Amino acid sequence: MPQYLVSVWHDDTFEPDFSTPDAQRRVAQVNAFNNELQRAGAWVFAAGLHPASSATVVRSSGGDVSMTDGPYAETKEQMGGFWIIEATDLDSALEWAGKAAAACEGPVEVRPAQG
Amino acid sequence: MTDALEEIFRREAGRCTATLIRVLGDIDLAEDAVAEAFATAAEHWPKTGIPPNPGGWITTTARNRAIDRLRRESTRSERHLAAHRLSRDSMDPDDNPELDRLDELAGVVADDQLRLMFLCAHPALAADAQVALTLRLLGGLETSEIARAFLVPEATMAQRIVRAKRKLHDNHASYRIPRAAELPDRLHAVLAAIYLIYTEGHTATSGQSLTRTDLSTEAIRLGRTLVELMHDEPEAIGLLALMLLTESRRPARSNAGGTMVRLADQDRSRWNRTMIAEGHELVRACLRRNQPGPFQIQAAISAVHADAPTADATDWSQVIALYDQLLALRPHPVVGLNRSVAVAEFRGAAEGLAALEIDAATLGNYQPYHAARADLLARAGRRDEAIDAYDRAIELTTNAVERDFLVRQRAAL
Repeated sequence: MPQYLVSVWHDDTFEPDFSTPDAQRRVAQVNAFNNELQRAGAWVFAAGLHPASSATVVRSSGGDVSMTDGPYAETKEQMGGFWIIEATDLDSALEWAGKAAAACEGPVEVRPAQG
Repeated sequence: MTDALEEIFRREAGRCTATLIRVLGDIDLAEDAVAEAFATAAEHWPKTGIPPNPGGWITTTARNRAIDRLRRESTRSERHLAAHRLSRDSMDPDDNPELDRLDELAGVVADDQLRLMFLCAHPALAADAQVALTLRLLGGLETSEIARAFLVPEATMAQRIVRAKRKLHDNHASYRIPRAAELPDRLHAVLAAIYLIYTEGHTATSGQSLTRTDLSTEAIRLGRTLVELMHDEPEAIGLLALMLLTESRRPARSNAGGTMVRLADQDRSRWNRTMIAEGHELVRACLRRNQPGPFQIQAAISAVHADAPTADATDWSQVIALYDQLLALRPHPVVGLNRSVAVAEFRGAAEGLAALEIDAATLGNYQPYHAARADLLARAGRRDEAIDAYDRAIELTTNAVERDFLVRQRAAL
């Protein structure tokens, strides 16, 4: 069955603070959504990520490996978390994405996996 | 014979492609197969005569050619083929012997066209891609024709179409009619795409000619097909009515010199009465259903204009009431602008200008706002402000005919 990356995006200055009631509400919503994905057999994997400032970029060139402070993409918007889901088709994936966007109260991007 | 073929091609290309996409599960294969079948027809029909059901002939020939080709090309393994198909899970099974008599399966073929309309206007595609794909696959237009109509280089249009097809393919878009719960949103996208084709043909966003009739004609044809396929959808009927009533005024929209003529100044004897009659009939059919929607209300507004023997005889209170209804359904500054123009006609330029102020902040870069404001200021005797407003409108105009019109209005002050 086709797999899709459903990613969550926010401003690169975003620092998650789980002590606020807003964050607690979103966590509860995301947990409920995850349970729904699992019950439906659509769940493959999911993770929330630490802020983009925690990223390291690693390059390999001619056998030499070098690293620099990340993130790689120099953009204002960074990925804050993601799901890998299985869905029969695009419309079904988009329906899950709608629920994901509602759960985390922010925009999500849907991208099909190859293969 | 060439004209007859051309006419059959225009009529049948979308229908045949729609069915072949289901049978083959692949947009490109379907397009190639239909093109090949039409080439075969062009070769055979002059000798044999046009068959009684040309669409069925084309579809069956295209299907057989495609299957022959797939068998011949051994490099296309079954896996390779499967990888290039649209998602098949929700597609009707195609290993049905009935498909040999495709032309008899009117219901299935009609559903195919609907499936293709919903696929082309998938909301995951950008509006310009939806429009291009709709014209290419359902309208059977060549990429070069679509590029010319939208005044973009052919390579740009080709890339837009290829990308849209690839996006649908990579995302495993299904070839299906949306479920009831999704239908309102998905139908709205189809209607919006058809209307976008119409408006592009009606007022070219740029270029020398005010109307590009081919696009308008094509949009009306698509709207008509949609009404045939979904005759219980009042908004589809409303869209067709709106396009017909707007189109009925086309002969009067510009004079012999190609100059734009405003609705108020148009020679109403040049309006196309056949289109008006059909538009009115459709508007009445909508009223009987009593499920108003934005396209139906806009059609009703057009019908009020069409009813008036002269501009002065327009029932402006009815027009304002309809705009109020439209604003309640779809609050939008452009609707507010049109309402303000109607208010000015009904209660005078000063009241129209006052109504216009409500939307001033959001319409600062919208050419029709400044054009309407300039006209109302001129009518209210506020000459200097009118000149400023005309300058702003002229600055924002990309259509040469509209610019000429505004320049002359300004000069007349």
